[in-house]
Amino acid sequence: MPDFEPKIVAFVCNWCTYAGADLTGTSRMKYSPQVAIIRFPCTGRIDFMLLLKAFASGADGIIVSGCHPNDCHYSSGNFHARRRWIVFRGLLDFLGIDVRRVQFSWVSAAEGAKWAQLVNETAEHIRGLGPFTGYQRLRGLGVE
Amino acid sequence: MSALQEKARELLASAAVQVVIGYGRGSGGAARAVFIREATKAGDLVFDGTCLQNLAVYLMKPEVRKLGKAALVVRPATLRTILQLAAENQIAENSLLALVPSAEEIVLLATFAAIEAHVAALDSDLSTAEKAELQRFTALGLDERRRFWEEQFSRCLKCYACRAACPLCYCTRCTVECNQPQWIPVPAHDLGNLEWNVMRAMHLAGRCVNCGDCSRACPVGIPLYLLNQKLVSDVFTGFNSRSGISARSDNALSTFKPNDPEDFIR
Repeated sequence: MPDFEPKIVAFVCNWCTYAGADLTGTSRMKYSPQVAIIRFPCTGRIDFMLLLKAFASGADGIIVSGCHPNDCHYSSGNFHARRRWIVFRGLLDFLGIDVRRVQFSWVSAAEGAKWAQLVNETAEHIRGLGPFTGYQRLRGLGVE
Repeated sequence: MSALQEKARELLASAAVQVVIGYGRGSGGAARAVFIREATKAGDLVFDGTCLQNLAVYLMKPEVRKLGKAALVVRPATLRTILQLAAENQIAENSLLALVPSAEEIVLLATFAAIEAHVAALDSDLSTAEKAELQRFTALGLDERRRFWEEQFSRCLKCYACRAACPLCYCTRCTVECNQPQWIPVPAHDLGNLEWNVMRAMHLAGRCVNCGDCSRACPVGIPLYLLNQKLVSDVFTGFNSRSGISARSDNALSTFKPNDPEDFIR
């Protein structure tokens, strides 16, 4: 599929990754345009249902990113989120949903270059996996 | 009169409790829950291999709570449910008595500490057979697992019997009843069925005591126990945490350790 451009939704925290992505832009670093960034107060707010909704809405890949451990603005939001991700990834895999389509990451406000690299590599990776037809087919069967 | 019936009669006659929640004989010889409120009716109680339901589900019902202090006929999973509900601040110390039926005598557990001690002597791990089944399923390919669950969930009616049967699904307003936004679509189609079942499993992660009532309640036979046991297993291996063994412990997902595994995070 040479023309396939993946749709990637990035769920990021306001304090670190969003600022980091902003730094990428203000540093004039170019990165893959396939990503749509959604800003959250904290990774602790990023409910697993939001990820499912992103897939149901046609996302081929998802990035979830926030502050590094011990850097959370609310001190422990990312630690709680990390536990939820561990459990959620295991469950997705058990259900036969490809967890390679969800990339978790820590990107601080100073890591503009890491953000660019993360998005580029994820876009490349998802391009290789192709469109997420398995999930999008389910959406076709629904009434929405 | 069996020892259980005798104990129930005694508790009701002395007004130690106002209701005994136990098993009785329903239609077709099936066991069903009974709520005995008079000492003279204690003879209705039975206990045998058909009595599987986790009666702790009734502890959260306002109409049952209104009856007063309860004595509950318990199985091992019921005791763990009581401790889990206590850990989640849903039931108070001294609000119930647990009646553990056994061949010789009825063990009466009056405090959370007594229940904890009783549970500590039991094996709360998944059984060898359960572990083997989990292992077999995990060994399947990704596509095989997906096809399996698609087929299973395609039969889901969204009747929410799994939720009604679960003693730990006690929210008075469930996400499926919220429609702004509509998290889970109302009709039973494949996408919504998957979302509902993922959500049900996730909301029970680190809380489920593997009583198996959701699977028994499912009218179309979806093996929900597989999902629950997967999470029970992951929570134990990942966080060394087990639900329903202490009345004071934190749920695995409402706490954390700074060194939780993060090999999947970039």
